[in-house]
Amino acid sequence: MAKATTDSVRSASALKTTARLDALDHAFPDPEAARQRAAEIKAYVLDNLKPRLLQLEERCKANGIQVHWANDAESAREQILEICRQKAPDGGLIVKAKSMATEEIHLNAYLEEHGFQPVETDLGEYVVQLDHDIPSHIVTPIIHKSRRQVAEAFDKEGLGTYSEVPEELAMQARQRLRTYFQQAKIGISGVNFAVAETGRLVLIENEGNNRLSTTAPEVHIAVMGLEKILPREADLPLFLQLLGCSATGQQLTSYVHLISGPRKAEEDGPKEVHLILLDNGRTRVLNGPYRDILRCIRCGACLNVCPVYRQASGHAYHHVYSGPLGAVLAPALEGVEKMGWLAKASSLCGACEEVCPVKIPIPRMLLDLRNEANEKGIEEQPAPWNLYAAGAQRPWLWRLGLKLLPLAEQLPSPPKRAWEESRTLPQREGRSFRSWWRGRS
Amino acid sequence: MTVKLMLTCLCDAFYGEVGITTVRVLEHAGCTVVFPKQQTCCGQPPFNSGDWPAARVIARHCQESLGLHEDNPVVTPSSSCAAMIREGYPQLFGTDDAPLVWELAEFLVHELKITSWPRESSDAVPIKLVYHRACHGRALHLKDEQEMLLRSIPGVELESIAQPEQCCGFGGAFSITHPTVSSGIGLEKLRNAADSGAEVLVSGDMGCLMHLNGLIGKQGIPLRTMHFAEVLAAAIPSGVPA
Repeated sequence: MAKATTDSVRSASALKTTARLDALDHAFPDPEAARQRAAEIKAYVLDNLKPRLLQLEERCKANGIQVHWANDAESAREQILEICRQKAPDGGLIVKAKSMATEEIHLNAYLEEHGFQPVETDLGEYVVQLDHDIPSHIVTPIIHKSRRQVAEAFDKEGLGTYSEVPEELAMQARQRLRTYFQQAKIGISGVNFAVAETGRLVLIENEGNNRLSTTAPEVHIAVMGLEKILPREADLPLFLQLLGCSATGQQLTSYVHLISGPRKAEEDGPKEVHLILLDNGRTRVLNGPYRDILRCIRCGACLNVCPVYRQASGHAYHHVYSGPLGAVLAPALEGVEKMGWLAKASSLCGACEEVCPVKIPIPRMLLDLRNEANEKGIEEQPAPWNLYAAGAQRPWLWRLGLKLLPLAEQLPSPPKRAWEESRTLPQREGRSFRSWWRGRS
Repeated sequence: MTVKLMLTCLCDAFYGEVGITTVRVLEHAGCTVVFPKQQTCCGQPPFNSGDWPAARVIARHCQESLGLHEDNPVVTPSSSCAAMIREGYPQLFGTDDAPLVWELAEFLVHELKITSWPRESSDAVPIKLVYHRACHGRALHLKDEQEMLLRSIPGVELESIAQPEQCCGFGGAFSITHPTVSSGIGLEKLRNAADSGAEVLVSGDMGCLMHLNGLIGKQGIPLRTMHFAEVLAAAIPSGVPA
């Protein structure tokens, strides 16, 4: 990867890691207690997912929100298309707020194939779309891009006079996107939290495009993963603050939207609100060994702090969900056969678990995934561990092995080559402990 | 108090002086040290690689050879090996039984209640250190035990390091399976360490230091490394034979 890209990912990630700590300390008298409380609430949601989902459905319907269940990506795409066609049989413009769930089901390509023109209105996602790129971070999708690359994308699209000044670029995008908001009959968004108790959908953002995408068009379609439920309205302050702090180092984002349904007596707002409840493998994950990953609130703090993510950037994960979250969620959703290799791309440093606002034991699950992959014989082991174990359970053989180690280091082997690409081999330094101990007693 | 030393495979194979200085530190702290000679490895390399059957074979030998469930605390100069036994074994065997093994600084501070080193006045050793916190300290819930003891040594200046939460990049088999990412992480750590202005990089785990030393050697970075136990031993007033 280009050095400029890794430098930009690294510095942006490091900044947010520091900002997160400051924000948490300001927002909570005891940040650790807040994380513990949030983890318990999400664990409760997972333990009671079905009844809480049914409650959410009932309350949403009472609010006038139409609820649709989608078992998989295909079903979600078809139902969304059906809603779009009812409103706009001839296709046309759709404004989209940022949503990882719609990335997960590859919605844009599908809608384009069927005559619609979905436009991403989050500034970062808009750049990604113009460049025919994919997001490299779940919160900050163009963390891998420089301002020059943004300027070039806008220039190519004809948004205005070439500029590399961030404020001017933002204004160019704003002007163009305004025209889209005015024209589009349909808006599509994700959901940050859905409150089961009241049937309200909660969205947070900093740019204002969510507000326009969900209120200007006549139809609003919200897509959410099943696990995004919160039981009560009273849980919201805790989660809104934790998410803001963990994602961007803000005690609260610039906008918080509480959507209680379509317009009623009001003069504006959407005439229809649809909620797509997306399973797409989540029920299977819920009933398996990796269920704790479903506590995730998509803050991205684990990506920002992860040394591997900082080196490799998001695209290296070859999945919509990258970083430590993705290294567990991708194989959990799609199977270790397909995505298990991701679990090996970690030094198991544990920084992810330390920053996680809902205390997901990510390193532990990475180890479980490695074990599962090994049991299924999917991944080749980097060393003959049987042989190593045979030596390690026979102390005489172990001591003999240690004596022969300098000789073994002379032999060529793939692990030795990999190590020596950038590192010198370890050498025995100073006295041998065992000889010293013998001489002493 | 009699304590059992868990040497660790890396100190057995390469870094005997770290084992020797660990004994010296424990004895200076008033302990009698015994060394169970049948010990080999804790089993972490195959455990982290996903070969749990092989890891279980080694873990059983480790528990027996160290007498983990018998009297007398086991102390090791490695948070990594201690974490393998305390956190890894319950996961490996699917039990709640977490044998107690102490990391050296953890033992000194929490069990022996030592808060400054070397406990009596000694000549100042003027040296600028920068400290790398080994990641497995997280699993043990270690806080600043090592830093506190290092800082208390007369003459020692502990420089702060940028992004202290970042890993050294080693990760065991990860350093072999993902050599480019692994080295990239390590070089970032070394850049931050060198920027601190210190001469010596200290850590409590030879896994981290082996990796960082390998990078220092190949890339010619002007830093040298010491294990935490070596720094503590160097501060003990001379005249006590090792």
